[in-house]
Amino acid sequence: MTAYERLQAARANGRATAQNYIGRLFQNFTELHGDRRYGDDRAVITGIGLLGRLPVTVVGIEKGHGTKEKIARNFGSAHPEGYRKALRQMKLAEKFGRPVICFVDTSGAYCGIGAEERGQGQAIAENLMEMMGLRVPVVSILIGEGGSGGALALSVADEVWMLENAVYSVISPEGCASILWKDPKRVGEAAEDLKITAQDLFSLGVVERVIPEGLGFSKTCAFLKIQLIRTLNRNRKLPAEELVSRRYQRFRRIGSDFPSCN
Amino acid sequence: MIRGIFRHPKNELEGEIKWNRTPGPSVPEEMCVTCPSCRKMLFRDALAENSDVCPRCGWHFQISARRRVALIADEGTFQERDADIASRNLLGFPGYDEKLRRARRTESGSDEVVCGTCRIGGCPCCLFAMEPAFMMGSMGTAVGEKITRLFEFAEKSRLPVVGFTASGGARMQEGILALMQMAKTSGAVRRHSDAGLLYVAVLTNPTTGGVTASFAMEADIILAEPGALIGFAGPRVIEQTMRQKLPQGFQSAEFLLEKGFVDRISNRKTQKALLSRLLEFHAGCTK
Repeated sequence: MTAYERLQAARANGRATAQNYIGRLFQNFTELHGDRRYGDDRAVITGIGLLGRLPVTVVGIEKGHGTKEKIARNFGSAHPEGYRKALRQMKLAEKFGRPVICFVDTSGAYCGIGAEERGQGQAIAENLMEMMGLRVPVVSILIGEGGSGGALALSVADEVWMLENAVYSVISPEGCASILWKDPKRVGEAAEDLKITAQDLFSLGVVERVIPEGLGFSKTCAFLKIQLIRTLNRNRKLPAEELVSRRYQRFRRIGSDFPSCN
Repeated sequence: MIRGIFRHPKNELEGEIKWNRTPGPSVPEEMCVTCPSCRKMLFRDALAENSDVCPRCGWHFQISARRRVALIADEGTFQERDADIASRNLLGFPGYDEKLRRARRTESGSDEVVCGTCRIGGCPCCLFAMEPAFMMGSMGTAVGEKITRLFEFAEKSRLPVVGFTASGGARMQEGILALMQMAKTSGAVRRHSDAGLLYVAVLTNPTTGGVTASFAMEADIILAEPGALIGFAGPRVIEQTMRQKLPQGFQSAEFLLEKGFVDRISNRKTQKALLSRLLEFHAGCTK
């Protein structure tokens, strides 16, 4: 598959969204709403559920199915409230020692007047900084589109996994093509050059694991569940300082291959 | 010039109207600039003497990272760090090598962000200034790495950090690696902050995208220069999404102050005094 085909697969109508994974992976999932500051962003689902027997905090960016729900979910583009809602739940997870699992699927954080007025940039920045210091295990899984800062705001984790047909990019290939070449039709080329596929990102060391999708949704979920339990059990044994320091080092080494000066 | 334009030439023999005026003193183009805000013609020298602020309307001109450092650091105290770190085409992105070459040929040279240590009003600190002219101040791995190293050094040496941001966001030619610099720098800011140290950011025109959504908005105290464009999404992107014109002054420093996202507007001419005062308030925290 070319990068552009993967991009189309990641955006395809009917592709499983966060709520599908949450429903399949966790028992007794209980949704909890609101950021306690402004509102409840329906583009982000947060709550607590059981992974096996382990209570975990779950955060997912939800695109929705069907026109009506998609509109209600703002097509998976979160406002600042969405990121603050996620952060509130993550802080609760830290307080009660629960691991955090994030499902990321967004074309990007919402660009609009309200989003800017309420500090979209600040909300994302705060998430990056707070997740970097979160004293519980965090795993983020890119299940569809990983659109720039809006995706990164929930992807500062001990391990970042990607589904085989998910994409993760600094800018949408359409945006890149129209800015660089003033030609939105060259989106295929841009998708190739930006290195957005799971395989590319795995070889760049940006994701730890590529989850195969070929065997269908239920098999993918079963595989995910086993891997999540294993990873969280391993990371829960680490002292919090060690966990946080490893998370920092994980991001620290990306793009750090420069001579040491001074 | 105006005189005589309504006069009809009486006949061909009358010829051109001759004006016996000596031409006014002409000014070579390169000595002048027009203020983009109030359209006043300004002499470059006078403007430079006024910290590159328009004396009539107070418009803050974009200035290079080196000039920033010269305006803020006490004379002779700036010691640069990691000057050798420069962007490379890590993903083999088509045309990026050429873009880098072209950017390095301009006036500001190969500066992408200038980092180092200095004193401001006698207070020791780490200083970084982003270069708005280098590929629109975009953040690639080199910028991310330099800023990360500066915060790490500041943490080790127990120094506060003063940072001037100017950026169009993450550099798309470095793809996902540029995006990851947001997380990397945020981690370094976090560790510096956890050590109980001060970080003051000064947001200058423009500060947008990935830089706004990372270290620009993570400072303990956030200052902004008057009139600076500050936001996550650029105004054109929002206009395209919303299909409507944005209100006047939207995403300006003053707008962010009103919405509660910056602590103070900082005029460039009093900036050094303000920064040294802030550093002095926190001087006891570095021990």
